[in-house]
Amino acid sequence: MAKNISRRKFLENGSKGLFAAAVLPYLGTFGNQLNKSPISGEHMKLADYYHHFGVDEKTIAQVIAEGLSRGGDYCDVYFQHSINNYIGLEDKEVNRAYSNIDFGVGIRVIKGEQTGFSFTEEITPKAMMLAAKTAANIANQNKKVAPVGFSLKDIPNYYPIQNPWEQIGIDTKIPYLQQINEKVFKEDSRVIKSNVWFTNETSYILIVTSEGTVTYDYQPMGQISVSVTAEQNGKREQNYFDLSGRRGIEFFTPENINRLGVEPVRRTVALFDAVKPSAGEMEVVLAAGSSGILLHEAIGHGMEADFNRKKVSIFSDKMNQKVAEPFVTIVDDATNPNVRGSINIDDEGNSTECTYLVRDGILRSYLHDRISAKHYNVKATGSGRRESFRHIPLPRMRNTYMLPGPHKKDEIIASVKKGIYAETFTNGQVFIGAGDFTFYVKSGFLIEDGKLTKPIKDVNIIGNGPQVLKDIVMVGDDMQMAEGGWTCGKNGQGVPVSMGLPTVKVCKITVGGVKS
Amino acid sequence: MTNENLNLVEWALDYAKNEGAKEVAVNFSHDRSVEIEFRDKNIETLKESTQNSLSLQIYIDNKYSSHSTNDLRKDELKKFISEAVASTKYLTKDKYRMLPDPKYYSNASPADLKIFDRGYEKIEPEIRLKLVSEVENAAKSLPGEIITAYSSYGDEFYENIKLHSNGFKGTSSGTYFSLGGGVTVKDKNDGRPEDAYYATSRFFNELPSPELIGKEAARRALRKIGQSKIESGKYSMLVENQACGRLLGLFSGAISARAIQQKASYLDGLLNKKIASERLTIIDNPFLEKGLASRTFDGEGLAVKKRFIIEKGVLNTYLIDNYYGKKLGWEPNSGSLTNIIVEPGEKSQEELMKDIKKGILITGFIGGNSNSTTGDFSFGIVGQLVENGQIVKPINEMNISGNAKEIWNQLEAIGNNPNVYSSLRCPSLLFNDIQFSGI
Repeated sequence: MAKNISRRKFLENGSKGLFAAAVLPYLGTFGNQLNKSPISGEHMKLADYYHHFGVDEKTIAQVIAEGLSRGGDYCDVYFQHSINNYIGLEDKEVNRAYSNIDFGVGIRVIKGEQTGFSFTEEITPKAMMLAAKTAANIANQNKKVAPVGFSLKDIPNYYPIQNPWEQIGIDTKIPYLQQINEKVFKEDSRVIKSNVWFTNETSYILIVTSEGTVTYDYQPMGQISVSVTAEQNGKREQNYFDLSGRRGIEFFTPENINRLGVEPVRRTVALFDAVKPSAGEMEVVLAAGSSGILLHEAIGHGMEADFNRKKVSIFSDKMNQKVAEPFVTIVDDATNPNVRGSINIDDEGNSTECTYLVRDGILRSYLHDRISAKHYNVKATGSGRRESFRHIPLPRMRNTYMLPGPHKKDEIIASVKKGIYAETFTNGQVFIGAGDFTFYVKSGFLIEDGKLTKPIKDVNIIGNGPQVLKDIVMVGDDMQMAEGGWTCGKNGQGVPVSMGLPTVKVCKITVGGVKS
Repeated sequence: MTNENLNLVEWALDYAKNEGAKEVAVNFSHDRSVEIEFRDKNIETLKESTQNSLSLQIYIDNKYSSHSTNDLRKDELKKFISEAVASTKYLTKDKYRMLPDPKYYSNASPADLKIFDRGYEKIEPEIRLKLVSEVENAAKSLPGEIITAYSSYGDEFYENIKLHSNGFKGTSSGTYFSLGGGVTVKDKNDGRPEDAYYATSRFFNELPSPELIGKEAARRALRKIGQSKIESGKYSMLVENQACGRLLGLFSGAISARAIQQKASYLDGLLNKKIASERLTIIDNPFLEKGLASRTFDGEGLAVKKRFIIEKGVLNTYLIDNYYGKKLGWEPNSGSLTNIIVEPGEKSQEELMKDIKKGILITGFIGGNSNSTTGDFSFGIVGQLVENGQIVKPINEMNISGNAKEIWNQLEAIGNNPNVYSSLRCPSLLFNDIQFSGI
């Protein structure tokens, strides 16, 4: 299961396939950190950010001038301070806590479509000047550049929360885990093991560019994940449920805590009766919600403009062509309130938006970072994201979903003679160029003669992106966003994303079943 | 190892103890790296970095927590450690939480594992650039419709210091070099299949030639032209050495002491039982000279040794770390794997293929997952159809599915060609009667 993959291992795996991009639920290793500075959270102003990182405008201007001293076209400086906390319950006790602090600055210089990059974990004028000098070497002329003046850009706030995580002590969080664990064991006598993790993250970022813009952002994230193992007649099954978002602790209401106790148990014990579907092509109905993984893999990665600018995406030549039925509209949206993939600004300081990838069946826009927007001579879509100050920005997805369509869930299921209904997922992957993509169905149901019958488990689905878009024959009116903690991997960088889908029917796709 | 870093580790340990930690393990790592990405005659990205990380595992009366930071300013570290100790006190006591018994620590003087290339600092930027440029030229020298070619080079130096309050002290350092190429080719229906070839080595001079890498990347991509899915059914399956990690991963999730203690392993109760074909022997060898995962102690300071994981199909050991070992009442033997050696057979991949009447040569996996509790798995694949010992056509967009308990008993033969540029030294593997789903 993906949840047993450590973050480091996941990244290593992710970076092995040159063109492969994967998405996995992510569990890091965190702990507790108390108040860091007197002012924190969304109320911090620019002066507080300068103070937080111990820098001033004059120093940053000198660093940028150094970055451009070899003839670079553009330079940006990305300061980051992230605090991750994690506490875990195992064998009925909250007996582990982890924390991690990331602190540093990345300096990037662009010359044409070439990038020079360096970073330092010491935010001192000397260390920053050295990093800027290294990044500057992507260009090779000598040029005297005068420092620029800066102006602050106003940004919206898509993720207001009540209290910054730094103000929430570990003692406040522990009872949440204990309550969930008690519910899990009360729910079904077949439960033999339960693991509960509470993770939260806070990032402060400050971005200054050689064009004179300054932006900052405060990015919270909260997640509770529950895994359950149950045993019946000597047979064991295991499953999982989690809730995640750019949220504060107020998200974990009694109702959500109850769901975190009930839902993973329901998902686990259902597997005792599960069968494997037969192997081969069949009709597949995707349940509303995290089935949006279909869009993430089938089209989302292929629409990241770096892959198109480099001519390695199967969508490279398809702009403004019909790729799906007219009732199919697919967006990648940074602005959904408190959703995991939302961002107020991207990691290049660009404003974000809701980008229409496919509108009424026609391919309309790639996802752009600064370099690709310039290449295609279009406005950046606010999709330039990076894992941390140690990485360069790349075009990435945020929240990818399909808008509601004309059909009803019941009529969609009733239209299937023999197929599967896919409900929960663990991971997916795509080959950008050939278009092959997969997603792993953890649980769902067989559909026989228009009705959901036996539960199914552990099957991979594989298809071709453009072909599957064409094969989307029905779209429900019941769009839902995924609620779990998805992390997307590309070139060894993980970023939080979300996805969503109404109930959708694909008329033909290959299911990894057991019998021909 | 600089004295400054050693001093920092000793200071952090003492500071944590003064703040109230009863036992402490401190790790410090330092890493320098250079990466170049190159495409179509230009540098795409040039990246240089130096990074540090300090981590502490804190034990207070059987309460445990772990913390890491890269912000090494002393005032910040003091705050960080104080908070780490303070937060640990809120956790539940867990009698199994304590540092390892010192009798399990490695105390042998470190053997020379040949993992450090002293020429590391002498590699000039021009040499790196020449390598990536030559990979691209070699890739594009092959006939065929190559849309674009990509290459990358990276080198890395690392050093680690590990200090435990009950007596362990260990240091390690090493280097890595990697060179790779990727090629995208033109296919029908707008398809742009791609493939890549990479090698990683401990010594700069032991990387394969850029020519070999570029040509291999191009060959791998070009052979995908015309790929399609075929009928579902049972086929023989020959897995290329580079791709075998996905199948061996079915064991690694299930043999940890954690998986056993948490009842999340299909191998629970199967120690010393036959779990695979008797043709399969897997060795974990931390002392392999120049091995990418070679070392003398593990992440907990435990001494490592060469061990059989599976011997002639029989599960010989679980991987037992300190904490879950205590929970299970078992002696720890290091909870992690190092260099994995799958004992080679007699035949080359070509010879293995000759014996196949109808089968699929798997050249790569895509997506899919497995369930370590039950052994169920389902993976996407790409490869080549083999009939009567000959490659007939490329295939893709298919899945294989099954259960780990069964598939390893279907192992028919092992090749003689382990991949030496990986810590997973596995030759090509041939299986019988594997369920493929396609059309």
